[in-house]
Order: sequence, then structure tokens, then C-alpha cells
Amino acid sequence: MKTYAPSRMELAPRDIVARAEQSEMDAGRGIDGKDMIHLDLRHLGEARIMERLPQIRQLGIDFLGVDCITECLPIQPTAHYSMGGIPTDKDSHVITDEQGTRMKGFFAAGECACVSVHGGNRLGTNSLLEAVVFGERAGKSVLKYATGIDYGGINEGQEKARVLKKFEEVYQRDGSESYNDIRDEMKEIMMSHCGVFRDKEKLKVCIETLNGLQERFAKGKVTDKGKVFNTEIYEIMELGNMLSVAQIIATAALRRQESRGGHFRTDFPKRDDENFLHHSMVYANPDGLEIKSKPVVITKHQPAERTY
Amino acid sequence: MATFRIKRFNPEKQPEPYYEEFQLDIPSGATLLDCMNLIKWTLDGSFSYRMSCRSAICGSCAIKADGHALLACQRQAEHLVKNDETITLEPLGNLKPIKDLVVDFNPFWEKINKVKPYLEPKETPPEKERLQSPQEFRLIDDSSTCIMCGACYSDCNTLEVDENFLGPAALAKAQRFVGDSRDSKTLERVQALSEPGGIWDCTHCGECVERCPKPARPFDRIKEIMTVALDEGVTNNVGARHAMSFFNSVKRSGNLNENRIPVESMGIFNIQGLLSLLPVGLRMFFKGKVPPIIHHSIEEVDDVKRIFKELDQ
Repeated sequence: MKTYAPSRMELAPRDIVARAEQSEMDAGRGIDGKDMIHLDLRHLGEARIMERLPQIRQLGIDFLGVDCITECLPIQPTAHYSMGGIPTDKDSHVITDEQGTRMKGFFAAGECACVSVHGGNRLGTNSLLEAVVFGERAGKSVLKYATGIDYGGINEGQEKARVLKKFEEVYQRDGSESYNDIRDEMKEIMMSHCGVFRDKEKLKVCIETLNGLQERFAKGKVTDKGKVFNTEIYEIMELGNMLSVAQIIATAALRRQESRGGHFRTDFPKRDDENFLHHSMVYANPDGLEIKSKPVVITKHQPAERTY
Repeated sequence: MATFRIKRFNPEKQPEPYYEEFQLDIPSGATLLDCMNLIKWTLDGSFSYRMSCRSAICGSCAIKADGHALLACQRQAEHLVKNDETITLEPLGNLKPIKDLVVDFNPFWEKINKVKPYLEPKETPPEKERLQSPQEFRLIDDSSTCIMCGACYSDCNTLEVDENFLGPAALAKAQRFVGDSRDSKTLERVQALSEPGGIWDCTHCGECVERCPKPARPFDRIKEIMTVALDEGVTNNVGARHAMSFFNSVKRSGNLNENRIPVESMGIFNIQGLLSLLPVGLRMFFKGKVPPIIHHSIEEVDDVKRIFKELDQ
């Protein structure tokens, strides 16, 4: 890490460490030429590892069969958090546009939500904000909202039919495509073309590939048509949602011609506040995804160059 | 090639469960859950089980492997299936199967709810957080690590014969609040937990500690509640009397007075309870199993008394 963040070394922010890891792998210096590098904790010694990092050590033993007291841990970059999400205001009420118009009765909190406090990067331990602060605020907002309203006129039969129709649509599929292959290919393209390092060409290939996967998704092979605890059908629906989110991520990344936080464009390596100091609001229109901008409110901490 | 022998059950197709075998090359570094996913995604999409985080923190993927409960994501498949042999996967025990390895967790959650798994503080909530010292926190640190996977519940020997037993997970969760310095209902809690189905129905087999994938160690937590119950003076029940009688017998003579313990456990004035002991007593008498009427101390009883004296100080 001396080359990448000499003052903070391995304790530099995650996006910087991830780029350092990927750079080493891309340069062909991965272990045995593979997509992984070594994390060496051995200099800390057994006593310090057992006192400060016992859970990390156990993870290595359980998931990889590697004891970091005596061996190096093989590691690679991964998604650590979903930056962005369902846009909400500070009371966890979901908003639908750049003016902050609230969507009645819809609240979000946690990793699915974007309260716009983290910006382009969510740093370590700031997850506590979601759990401790916005979890509580959401609860209070929902209580306040729920005590002030009556049950709406829900037509139970109609709602049930609407949901069942979604299931029926999947059950009716008579294709031959393997959902496992589609999921694997989605993961592969998102990692290689929309992962740590992005550029225009890669993102275009990514979006095209995802379009192709969307088409194959509709022609998938359903093997379990049962109605009791059918985990296959929810995995299929989940995959459909993941494909949609992947499209949103790639499309927004292509439009954002700058580098900011976890989003790094090799063709635009600098931050560009003049054109991109805003949130991207993505809308699903009949003819594709439409992106609008929502201004960022900066109070105390101005964006600054990050050097470590 | 390893063989995965899986207990299949789908009530929509046939009422009885059956075993089905799948052959799989275990990829290097794969966890048991990775192997289950490979089976589901490449061999049989209808194979059903719960899973979510793959990092041993959500507690969804607990199943039985070769008869013992574990988290499928937490174990290297190669450690479990030595020399490409056969591994048997079954649903958790003590809970009703819904489909394949998926069981109905409702009774489990009902018991968790029974122990009131929430703080009942003395005063109204302060403006900021309620502080605890590191020492105070240490008392509830281990029980806080429970991820409610149900592995202990599955392999609990008491639950196998008594479905009313709260079970190790709920009792460990109870300790999380019995031991909480901010809670105001300690006495009420240990009173409720001393009722039938509570702490004193645990048989001390320690199986839950063996199965717990986290440092929660339910049996250790149950012992902690027992200590608090006795300290709080909640002794008017068979379990507490049994523990006290056991303690007193060893203290007095260095060994157990097996005639006295059942009587003291029931309570000397508990006529109905004492009568219920009669049939067992009579059967023992006719089989010649009654312990000597006159109870003798062991030779080294003075040493035992000295140990108790030192422990008292």
C-alpha cells in the first residue's frame, strides 16, 4: 500500500484500498496470476490477533480454511455497501423528485435507502447512522403517519389477484434458459465492467450485456412450480430485480463522466463539481431509463481533494 | 465425487419424507452452503432451504448435517465430507418440516417472545443513550451474540421429550435482559423463568453449547440465570430446592443423600408432590435399588467442609 496511500497504508478508505488491490491484479501481480492478493497479518502476532481480531481470524478459518496467525489471507475487492438507493428525506419519507415531493405512505431506512448523508462513498462504521439514527427516525415518522390516517379502501381480492398474477407469469414461463447462468453472467459483467474501474466502453458493453440478459430472463426455465415454500420462484424474482438495479447502476455510471468516491472512471479520473455535484434520480420510462439531477446540500464539510 | 444424501419432503407431492442422493465434486474452499446452492442451481431447482447472508450472521441456513445442527455457510464442505464419502443433510430437529430443509420456526419465535426480549427500564427514556460500563456490558456480551439460528433448539434433549420447555435460545435471550444493568424487572423475570418449562427443566447435557455457532453458549447463560434466581431468593420451586438440597448434601457429607434429595426437592410440606414420588420409591424398593437408609459421610468430609468454607469467603 506504500505506492497507493503511504500515510494511511491498509487503513486508507475502502475505495482507495479496493483500487489498489485491483491495480495489482490488473498488473498481473495477483496470487498465481489469479484475481486475488494476500493480506498479511502475521506481523501482529498471535496475542494481538486474538485480542483485537478474533472474529476476523475465525472468518478466515470457517470460510477459507486459512488461519491468519500463520498464513496470509487471500482477498479481493467486493461490494461493501450499496451507495444510493430509494431516495428519502431525513424523516425516512420516500421522495419522488428533486424538489423532495413525498410519496404518501412510503418509508425507507437502512441499506435500501438513500438519505443523502453518505455521498459517493459510505465510509467504515458510518453504517451506524442507518441503524441507530435513521432506523429510529423512520419508526417515529411511520408512527406519526399511521396515527393520522385511516385504512384506505383496499380491495383485497383485487390486490391478491395482482400478486398472484405475478407468480402465475413466472410459473407459465416455458423457456430453456438457465437462471443460474443468467445470474452468473450478470455477476461477472458487473464485476469486470462496472466494478472498481469503469470507462465509457466497458459501461456500454455492460449495458448491452444486461439488455441481452433481460431478454433471456423472460425465457428462463422454471423447474419448481409448487406453491409451498418455493425458494426457486423468489430467487427468480430477486434476479429480475437485480437485473433492473444493475441496469440503473450501469446507466447512471455511464452518464457520470467524473470520478467520485466509489465511482471511478479511468477516462475521467478527476472529480468534476461543476457538472456532477448532484444526485442522479433514475426514472423508468416506457422507452428506457431517464436520469434527472437532484442538488446536493452541503453544510459544514466542503468536498476536498483526498490525499493519504 | 462426494455424495449428498438429502432428506426431501414436499407435502404437495407426497405426505412422507424420503432421502435422495446427489453426487457433487466439492470445489476447493466451498462451504456446505455453496454445495447446497450448486445442487439447487445446477441439479434440482426444487431443493428448498433457507439462506441469506452467507457470512454466519443472519442465522438462516441452520440445518442438520450427519445428525448435528450447524450453520451450512460456516463450515468447509471438505472438513465435513472426508475422503469423498457421504454426508446426510436433514432439517433442524424439534421443529416441524415445511418443505425439504425448511422448518416452521413459529414455536421458536413464540418462546423467544415469552421471555419478553426487550428492555424494561426503570425510568422514562433519557434524552441520550443509557450508559453501561464495560464491566456491566460484559455480563450480556455473550448472550448478545445469539443470531437465533435455532441450532441449539434443534439438538436440545429436553425439547425432544417436553415441547413446553422454553429451550436454550429463548433462555439465553432471557439472560440478555436478566443480566442487563439497565433493566428493572430482574426479580419478575427470574420468577417467571423458574416456572415449569424454564431454567430448572434444563438437563445440563451441554448439547446447546456444542451446537451454538457463536459465543452465546446457551447452557452457560442458563446457569447464570439460576445463580441470579437463587440470589434473588426465588427458591420456592422444585428446581431451586433440588439445587439447594444437592448443595447442602455435598456440603454436609461430601456425597449425595439420595433418599433426602427427592423429598427436599418436592418440599417437605408438599404432600401431593411427595405422594407422586411413592410409586417410583416402591419400584426401587422391590428391585433392591433403594440407597442405604443411614447416610454416611465420606472419609475426607473435613476437606470438603474446608473447601466450602473457603468458597464462602
